[in-house]
Amino acid sequence: MMGISKRISSIKFALLSPDEIRKLSQVKVITADTYDDDGYPIEHGLMDLHMGVIEPGLRCATCGGKVDECPGHFGHIELAMPVVHVGFVKEIKMFLDATCRSCGRIKLTDDEIRSYLPEIQKMDFETGDPEDIEILTKKYVDLASQRMVCPHCGAQQSKIILDKPTTFREEGTNVKITPKEIRERLERIPDDDLIFFGFNPKTARPEWMVLTVLPVPPINVRPSITLETGERSEDDLTHKLVDIIRISQRLRESRDNGSPQLIIEDLWDLLQFHVTTYFDNQTPGIPPARHRSGRALKTLVQRLKGKEGRFRSNLSGKRVNFSSRTVISPEPYLSVNEVGVPERAARELTVPVTVNQFNIDEMRELIKRGRNPRDQFGRYVTGVNYVIRPDGRRIKITDQNAAENAERIDIGWTVERQLMEGDIVLFNRQPSLHRMSMMGHTVRILPGQTFRFNLAVCTPYNADFDGDEMNLHVIQKEEARAEARIIMKVQEQIMSPRFGGPIIGGIHDHVTALFLLTHNNPRYTHEEMVHIMAYLEPDLLPDAKIENGVKYYYGRDIFSTILPKGLNVRFRSKLCSGSSEKCEFEDDPADTYVEIVDGKLIHGTIDEAAVSPFSGAIIDKIFRKFGSQEAARFIDRMTRLAVGFITYRGFSTGISDYDIPESAVARIEELVVQAEERINKLIETFKRGELQPAPGRSVEDTLEMEILSEAGVVRDESGKIASSYLGLKVPSVIMARSGARATMLNISEVAGIVGQQSVRGGRLNRGYYNRTLPHFKRGDIGADARGFVRSSYMTGLNPTEYFFHSIGGREGLVDTAVRTSRSGYMQRRLINAFEDLKVDDSREVKDTVGSLIQIRYGEDGIDPTRSARGKAVDMNYILFDEGRR
Amino acid sequence: MAKFNVLDHNLVPEHHIVSEEEEKEILKELNIDKEFLPKISPNDPAIKALEAVHGKIKEGTIIKIVRKSPTMGHSVYYRVVASEVFK
Repeated sequence: MMGISKRISSIKFALLSPDEIRKLSQVKVITADTYDDDGYPIEHGLMDLHMGVIEPGLRCATCGGKVDECPGHFGHIELAMPVVHVGFVKEIKMFLDATCRSCGRIKLTDDEIRSYLPEIQKMDFETGDPEDIEILTKKYVDLASQRMVCPHCGAQQSKIILDKPTTFREEGTNVKITPKEIRERLERIPDDDLIFFGFNPKTARPEWMVLTVLPVPPINVRPSITLETGERSEDDLTHKLVDIIRISQRLRESRDNGSPQLIIEDLWDLLQFHVTTYFDNQTPGIPPARHRSGRALKTLVQRLKGKEGRFRSNLSGKRVNFSSRTVISPEPYLSVNEVGVPERAARELTVPVTVNQFNIDEMRELIKRGRNPRDQFGRYVTGVNYVIRPDGRRIKITDQNAAENAERIDIGWTVERQLMEGDIVLFNRQPSLHRMSMMGHTVRILPGQTFRFNLAVCTPYNADFDGDEMNLHVIQKEEARAEARIIMKVQEQIMSPRFGGPIIGGIHDHVTALFLLTHNNPRYTHEEMVHIMAYLEPDLLPDAKIENGVKYYYGRDIFSTILPKGLNVRFRSKLCSGSSEKCEFEDDPADTYVEIVDGKLIHGTIDEAAVSPFSGAIIDKIFRKFGSQEAARFIDRMTRLAVGFITYRGFSTGISDYDIPESAVARIEELVVQAEERINKLIETFKRGELQPAPGRSVEDTLEMEILSEAGVVRDESGKIASSYLGLKVPSVIMARSGARATMLNISEVAGIVGQQSVRGGRLNRGYYNRTLPHFKRGDIGADARGFVRSSYMTGLNPTEYFFHSIGGREGLVDTAVRTSRSGYMQRRLINAFEDLKVDDSREVKDTVGSLIQIRYGEDGIDPTRSARGKAVDMNYILFDEGRR
Repeated sequence: MAKFNVLDHNLVPEHHIVSEEEEKEILKELNIDKEFLPKISPNDPAIKALEAVHGKIKEGTIIKIVRKSPTMGHSVYYRVVASEVFK
C-alpha cells in the first residue's frame, strides 16, 4: 500500500442496492449480542470477527490481518420488514406524487414524454450542472404530480400526504401507506421513466430508498472501549444496531406466529424509529434516542455534521502539540520582545535538543535535575521531561530515574528539556487577521497563571485584558527558531506593511504620561526626577538647570534621556491639529510643534503623534535611522518612563471634569433654542412650498439636509462653548487632546448637548404611522419629534431622547456585527486568491504556475513596509535630518 | 447617446499595440514566454476601441499599457489578447 499514489479523476454517487449490500457484507448479523461471557466476540453477533478486529492478539476472520492491518469489513442485517430511509423521504414523496398508484408509470402523456425525452437525454448527468438538471426534472415532476387521472391506465389518483418524518398516507384517508406498499409502488416504476426524475436505473432504483437490508459498519468505525474497571462500553452506533436487530427479530416472530395486526404495526413503527435515529438522531418530529444516562446518542449524521463533525473538526481542522493557551494580562516591565510564561506552562512545554559532543555535559546536568527542579531561592529552573533514544523510544524522566538516565544518554540522543528564559516562542491571538497576529517573543518565566506582555503590543494583536486568551507555540526546529528570531520577533514587526508606519507604540496612559511630562515643560526637583526615572535604569541623568541655587530638571530633558543620540525630527503634535492656535514650525506660541535635534527634545509636546501606534513619528524615525533593535529599546524605555512618571504624579478622571458654569449652560440653552427656531422656520418655508431645492435634490431631501446641518452646527457650537470652559487642566480634556482616549466630541456630548441621532445618515423617521413615537403629533417633523437630543449626558436624557439615542446606538452595534462578518469573508477570499503569489528577486510578481501578475510589485516596486506612509521617500525628514549634521 | 471612445477617458490608461519586433524585445527583457503574460479579453472595451482605429486585432497580440502612478510617474504593463482567460 505504501508508496502508491493515485489520482482521483471523478467521483460518482449512487444508491446501494440490497444485492450490493449483501455482496459487500462479510457476515450476516443475526444476534443482538456482542461478546460472550469470556469476552470473545459472538459469531454472527455485532462484534463478529469477520467485521474486523480492535483487540490486540486476535486476527480478522476475513482478511487475517492484525489490529492495525485490517481496515475492517462490512456486515449486514436482514430487516424483517422494509423501512423508509429518512435521508430519501423527499425523493420518495416525489416518486409517489408523480407516478400512477396502480400502473407505476410517470403521469405524463405519451405526447409529453415524446417531446420532453430529447431535452432531458441531452443533459450531461456526469459533468453537467446539477442545478440545470434539477430545473428540468422539477418541471416534469410538477406537471406529472398535478394529474389526478393516470394518462396510461386511467386509474384515479389521490394526493399523497407526508406526515413528517417518515409516514405517508393518501389524502382523505387515515390509513398510512406501509413502507412495504411504498416499496411495491416504487418497484412498479419502469426504468425508462426514471430519466424524467434525473435517476439512472443502473445506479439508483427508487425502491432502494426503502430499506430491506441494512449494512453494518466495520468494527473499526464503532470500536468498544474497555473502562478501567474492566467493564466494556459500546459505541453509540453499536447500541443503535442492537436496538434494530432486537426489534427486527421480534417483528419477524410476531409476523410469523400470526400476532394481531396492531402489535405488528407497533413493532414496525418502532423498527422505523430505530432505523431513522440510526441515521440521524436529530430528525425533526422524532424524540432523539437516548443512552441509559439520558445523553442523546451520536449517530451517523451527528458524526459528520456541524462544527464538531468529521468535516469541520477533523478534516479542515488540525491540532498542534507544544502549545499552550491561557488568559493574558499586562506587564509594563517586560520588553516588547518578551512574553511572561507561567511556570505551570513552562514545565509542560518542551524544546528538543539533540545531544552532541559539545552539549552532552550540559544535558546530563539538566537531566539530573529531574522534572521539577528549583534553585536555592525556590525559583524555576529548567528540567527535563523526556529523553528519546536514537531508535525513537521515549523515556519519561522521573525524580527516581533522573540520575540513571543522565548517565545513559549519549551523542545522538534527544533531550526534551523544559522551557528556558530566552527561548523564542510564537505568540498568537485569534482572529489572526494579519502577520502581526503571530509574532516571536522570548520567554520570561513568571509566577502566576497568565501570559503577560508589554502594553505596546496590544495594538498588533488587538488584545485587551477583559478576559482575552492567547496561544503560545514552542518552536521545535533550529531553522524555525532562526526564522522566528530574524523575521518574526516583535521588533521586526514594528512597521506595518499596511501603511508604512509603526503599529507598535504607547497607548492610553503612556500618551497621557508623556503629554504631562512634556507639555509646557514642567520642572522637577532632583528627588522627583529620581522617582520618575527609577524604572528606567538610565545610563545618563538629564541635564540639570540651576535656578536660585536649586537644581531643577525639566520634563523635556527627562524625556530626552530615552531618545537615541543623533535623532533629528520635526513634526506637528496631535495637540496642534486640534487647536485653532497658530503652530507653524518657526512661530509657535502654543508650544505644539515638536523639534528633536541630536536626540534632545528642544521644543513641543510629546503626544499621540509622537509615540502612539499608527502615527508615532518618533518610533518611525528611530526605526528607519537606527534599526529595529533601537526602536524596540525606545519603546521599552518609553513605556517604563511613562508608567514611572504617571504612577508618581498620579492621574484620575471623574464626573467633575464636566462641570461648566451656569452661564455656559445658559449660553448652550440659548444656542439650542435659536437652532430650533431656525429649524422651525425651515419647516414653515417648506410647508409653504417656498423652500428652494439644492442642486440635484428634491425639496424634501433639501429640508432634511438643512435641518441635519443645523443640528450639526448646534452640536459643534455647544461643544465649543463647553470646551472653552474646560481647559488643559481637566483630565478628560488632557486625554482627548493628547490622543490617549476619547475625542473632544465625546466631551461635548457629556458637557454640552448630545445632538441629533441618526439612522443611515438621516434623522429618525420610522416607528408609528407618520411619527416616531405616540408622544408626538402625526406629521410632526420638528427637531424633537425626529431624534434631536437637546440634553447632555451630564443632565441626563428624557424618555423620548433616551429612546432615540438607543435607536442610534443600536445602528452602531448592528453595523459592527455586519461589518466584521462581511469583511472577514471578503478577506478570506482575497487571501485564498493571493496565497500562491510571490515576489521574486527582480520584484516581479508571479504565481506558482509562473504566470506574470505584475512586472514590478505594486507597479512601482515599493515595499509598503519600508515606504514613508506609502511614499517612496519623506523629503521633509531627510532635509531636516541632513541639515542638523 | 454619442459614441464615446473609452481611451479618451482620463481614468483609462493608454493602450498601444506592440509590433512584432518590439514583442521579441519585450519577451526577451522579461525573460518569459508569451503564454505567461497577463491576458486581456478581445471583447475588452479598450481592445474594441483600438480595433476601431487599427482594424481587427489578432489573438496573441501584445498590448502595452501605460498607467499613471503617483510614485513612479507612469508604469508600463503588458497584456496578451486572449479569449481564454482561465488556463
